[in-house]
Amino acid sequence: MFKSFEPNKIFAITSKAPKYVLFLFIIVLSVGLTEALILSPEDYKQSHAVRIMYVHVPSAWISLGIFSCLALFSIGSFIFKNKNFSLISKSLAPSGFVFNIIALVTGSIWGKPTWGTWWAWDARITSMLILALFYLMYLLAWRIYQDKEYVIKITSFIAILGAINVPIIKFSVDWWNSLHQITSVNVFSNTSIHISMLIPLGIMTAAFTLFSLLIFLMKYNTELIKLKNKGLDRL
Amino acid sequence: MINEIISMNGYGSYVWSAFSFTLISFASLYFVIKLQLSKEQNRFVSKFGSLNVEKARVARSQKINKEILSNTSNI
Repeated sequence: MFKSFEPNKIFAITSKAPKYVLFLFIIVLSVGLTEALILSPEDYKQSHAVRIMYVHVPSAWISLGIFSCLALFSIGSFIFKNKNFSLISKSLAPSGFVFNIIALVTGSIWGKPTWGTWWAWDARITSMLILALFYLMYLLAWRIYQDKEYVIKITSFIAILGAINVPIIKFSVDWWNSLHQITSVNVFSNTSIHISMLIPLGIMTAAFTLFSLLIFLMKYNTELIKLKNKGLDRL
Repeated sequence: MINEIISMNGYGSYVWSAFSFTLISFASLYFVIKLQLSKEQNRFVSKFGSLNVEKARVARSQKINKEILSNTSNI
């Protein structure tokens, strides 16, 4: 069923793709930065501080998206006993963690001029911090445990347990009183953000997605070569 | 114009520090992962070079090993 997922078959693609993804990322990021820092308008309330949204929001979206993928691949790894799923999860985690940290730090920087504080134990901020801890546990587990079967079980468990936090982050602004505003960008209903701000937000999200794809491909290739190195040892 | 972009009505320090942190994080992550990849590729090449003729022939029969060797020169 998952023969097309076999590392030997997809390495030919994953080994060549990074240079094209890097090229595309630089172009999209350049356009995104120009839009975000120069061309997009300032907000009538937040003035230029609103520009932080163009790095904060895509980072938060992507860190949540990557963790959801980790959980899905971990479930897949449990059900189908496909080791490549855990390899994919392992390769996704570093960029997800970095995006989570970026979301927390830029959110903190944005909080100072907007709310008058660097940090608040707000539901969304706290749940994002918990997500960062799950990412950290996931990455550390791969470093600490040497037994392959055991580490796959442990990391899958962490990813599936951490996935409970994902809907909490998403709906935290609806369930509890929060400093964060309610969702402005909706795929299935009306988006309340103006198009002049939505376009740079979309471009920056595309750039960040390309970056996470680039890191994923490079990390995945590293892991595959590591496996092949072990294979050469056994020859 | 330039001063306006830099100061951003007094919000420049917040905006520029947020963007700088993001880009520095990107660059750091990219170079760390690239370093790990190069290290594994170099290890693979040196291990491959130390194989005897028969083992090298077996290793070369796997398509992925040939791909790794051919891609190492592109890094």
